Amino acid sequence: MNNEVRHIVAPLESRLVGELRAGDKVLLSGTIITGRDAAHKRMTDLLKAGEPLPFSIKGETIYYVGPTPAPPGRPIGAAGPTTAYRMDAYAPLLIEHGLKGMIGKGRRSEEVKRAMAQWGAVYFTSVGGAGALISQCVKQADILAWEELGAEAVRRLVVEDLPLIVATDVHGGDLYISGPAQYRR
Amino acid sequence: MKTILVGDITLAVKKLCMEACVILGEDVLQALERAYASEESPVGREILGRIIENAHIAKTENLPLCQDTGMAVLFLEIGQEVHFEGGSLTDAIHEGVRLGYRDGYLRKSVLHPITRINTGDNTPAVIHTEIVPGDGLKIIMAPKGFGSENMSRVVMFPPSAGMDGVKEFVVQRVEESGGNPCPPIVVGVGLGGTFEKAALLAKKALLRPLGTTNPDSLLAELESDLLDRINRLGIGPLGLGGRTTALAVHVNAYPTHIASIPCAVNIQCHSSRHREIEL
Repeated sequence: MNNEVRHIVAPLESRLVGELRAGDKVLLSGTIITGRDAAHKRMTDLLKAGEPLPFSIKGETIYYVGPTPAPPGRPIGAAGPTTAYRMDAYAPLLIEHGLKGMIGKGRRSEEVKRAMAQWGAVYFTSVGGAGALISQCVKQADILAWEELGAEAVRRLVVEDLPLIVATDVHGGDLYISGPAQYRR
Repeated sequence: MKTILVGDITLAVKKLCMEACVILGEDVLQALERAYASEESPVGREILGRIIENAHIAKTENLPLCQDTGMAVLFLEIGQEVHFEGGSLTDAIHEGVRLGYRDGYLRKSVLHPITRINTGDNTPAVIHTEIVPGDGLKIIMAPKGFGSENMSRVVMFPPSAGMDGVKEFVVQRVEESGGNPCPPIVVGVGLGGTFEKAALLAKKALLRPLGTTNPDSLLAELESDLLDRINRLGIGPLGLGGRTTALAVHVNAYPTHIASIPCAVNIQCHSSRHREIEL
């Protein structure tokens, strides 16, 4: 694996998505959107009904996070990743509609990996359970849609040097498989 | 007899909620530091370093360790000489949770299982009471995140499965969970009793301080064997490969029926949070 840390910018360029390899360490800056279980169900229901989303997902990177409420003077509270497999049922359709990046924790299904390879999308993992640390990288948070979902509302985040590892790339590389295989005994 | 005002319990529970979600126990920090020192995987080491750094940031910035501030699980050990005054004990506990999650800027993650409508204040809590001798009251608050709770299971084994079957199940449960429960995990195992007793034994096993040895030598041996097998899986910190998959395995046992070996595995993420107070 590559030991150098690469600085990347979101929204992600298609060329970059193709370059990233499982195991690469990156620091992500730019704008991303958030969404977890409830928001994914709503997005999928709308797309299946042929209706427009209240925000665009084309070219976006979605962070699976339900942050704690922002304390006074801060843009956001603790903001670590939630487990990604719960979004597996929804992710392929979103990728087909132009989603380029996902940030979460834990391995993805074969269906998601196939969609990633077919349409060109990358899956990053941020440090699970490091909500306070990740909070420091979020410079701005605004609600984009579905405020009534509380922690599960869709937000637009401006992040700076968010530490991520490429977990699954478009070429089929998957650190959740290759990593443990290397240390199993 | 000792009288305790339920209003004091509300204040105690509120404080426990706010502290438990922000301050990681010394025993957990030490276990993480031991893992950091011994981890062979460079990625695993880096992750452990960030997890330790996160605990320091949470404490100094007064931010929750993790955005999943959990469902509030409370254990009350109530001395049989204690008398409560000033209202309902249960209501007082729920009020403490409501205030703690509101004033601590903690996430409200509790909702109706069918309608999925959020209760808005992280109540109700899950409350376990135990009547013990004396006139003391101990309250333990253990916020439980569901990334790891979702990976937990209960199985009722036939006696023919034996301890080999039990061990295989525990190790397999950890392997199948992979990175989902945020390893390095603590594995709570409940062995024996009934269906619900096994689950409660497993949950309570998570409360034992890390780094302690089970006083029952048979269980201590089982714990050590399971930990060794789990840490050979290679899952590593956050499932990206490494030696540190579990910080500890804790087993609680209870006599059971001639027809069964109930076995519960309750998985706890590295943010192993619990805080207690005695009134």
